[in-house]
Amino acid sequence: MFDDLRDLYQEIILDHGRKPRNFRRLEDADLSARGDNPLCGDRMDLWLKMTPDGRIADAAFQGRGCAISMASASLMTETVKGKSAEQAKALGARFRELAMTGACPDCGDLAEEMERLQPLAGVHEFPSRVKCATLAWHTLNAALEGNKEASSE
Amino acid sequence: MTDGPASSAPRLDVERLRRDFPILAQTVRGRKLVFLDSGASAQKPRQVIEAMVRCMEERYANVHRGAYFLSEAATEAYEAARGAVARFLNAADPREVVFTRNSTEAINLVAHAWGRGVMRPGQAVLVSEMEHHANLVPWQMLRDDGRGIALRVCRVTDDGELDLEDLAAKLADGKVGLVAVTHMSNVLGTVTPAERIVAMAHAAGAKVLLDGSQAAVHRRVDVQAIGADFYCFTGHKLYGPTGIGVLWARLEHLDRMPPFLGGGDMIASVTLERSEWAPPPAKFEAGTPAIVEAVGLHAAVDYVTALGWPAIEAHERALVDRAMRRLSGIEGLRLLGRAQDRGGVFSFALDNAHPHDLSTLLDRAGIAVRAGRHCAEPLHARFGLEGGTCRASFGLYTTEEEVDFLAEALVKAREFFG
Repeated sequence: MFDDLRDLYQEIILDHGRKPRNFRRLEDADLSARGDNPLCGDRMDLWLKMTPDGRIADAAFQGRGCAISMASASLMTETVKGKSAEQAKALGARFRELAMTGACPDCGDLAEEMERLQPLAGVHEFPSRVKCATLAWHTLNAALEGNKEASSE
Repeated sequence: MTDGPASSAPRLDVERLRRDFPILAQTVRGRKLVFLDSGASAQKPRQVIEAMVRCMEERYANVHRGAYFLSEAATEAYEAARGAVARFLNAADPREVVFTRNSTEAINLVAHAWGRGVMRPGQAVLVSEMEHHANLVPWQMLRDDGRGIALRVCRVTDDGELDLEDLAAKLADGKVGLVAVTHMSNVLGTVTPAERIVAMAHAAGAKVLLDGSQAAVHRRVDVQAIGADFYCFTGHKLYGPTGIGVLWARLEHLDRMPPFLGGGDMIASVTLERSEWAPPPAKFEAGTPAIVEAVGLHAAVDYVTALGWPAIEAHERALVDRAMRRLSGIEGLRLLGRAQDRGGVFSFALDNAHPHDLSTLLDRAGIAVRAGRHCAEPLHARFGLEGGTCRASFGLYTTEEEVDFLAEALVKAREFFG
């Protein structure tokens, strides 16, 4: 009945959705933000620990949401560690393009990182679910820009 | 003039009436559409669609204004719709029927005109935990308006019924001026004991508003038998168009209430200094109303009435029994609410899938359900389901096979998420 949904719900998504990585509070965080999708009730808190030279030393989150939003946040925290704020924002912009179109033609310089996020590309076929995948990245942007709140609405 | 509905026999001929709803014939992603979101908005029979087209093609002009044939014809059609709604609710007088945009606007009208115009400081409004936001937020706004009007909340039992002991306790000090509760929960399917609520409220000196957005679709409503003071419902859930809703209120209340919105058509006379209000219902219908939509609502009311409430209610009972039996047997599925008296609205959560993931899956099977908190966040918090639920809600056209198909899909969905 649901075989054609394996593109969207790949095993890696279900796995990260069930057991999100970096799902914890960072007590000594330098930056943080809360992301909200008021329409569906998804909510997450994101914490970042920065190095003196402005790189993301650690990223962690807690929250509630669907498998897509939890998996996306989980993969994101894994992917942005070690990146500068600018690199992380660039990654976010490309991820949003991937989520909306299913492809990322300008991903050359970040190809390796984007490869890890590729399992979420299938979401582009589900317009009402794109926001689930991008909420974590909106929240990351808000944290990096010193805003406390982000909304995917 | 119009084609009658497909059947007026005591037993609902569902296969035949489904042909009245053109949209149901389509496939979704290659699958037969199983539309189980009528509680959010119902599909429209061609009798409604055609009545609206005919109105625009043959009888359209502004109402209550022109002394010419078309305007008189449109006025007649608009007022005939009011009469049909009055009969539908068994109102004592068609002047008790005020057309609004939807239930939300009807409740806001009461919150403004009765809440701010008639209620006194020190009084309270009593709502319940299972209200749709439309019957909660306007009262929070009234409370926060600095007029000294409090807001109380009646609890809901674990079975999803109104806690009548709590209701009695919160009415006891005689300070409640208005009880505003749902007649049927849009999440739990619970039908509340309207007559009993009214009797308890009136004995405590409170008026009663019933939000009938769901109830008016699933049950015959008799506002005189219920004894309520205010009753509202919306057209689009009753197989009618969007943009038209109804506030019914006792004439004596409408007479006491100041207007809600000001403008044309709601005044008796206007000078630059002041205006005098028209009598109800015109007093509450400022501006050009939803004329075509009123005609559509009239057709919807006629459609439902011609099918007959005994047949509709029997069909609904069969669907509810089937759903209770099939859904409660599914491992890992939590069904919200187990009220004795309930209608065809079922909210549920799977133990291994978020409602949004589940609804995406069901959509692939052609099944349309709503996912989220269904404009009832406090109720979901009450049951510890902040992440929401999926909701299947039935209409005239829902079949027992569709209920079975939903149950089968839920079993497979649980396997899918593993």
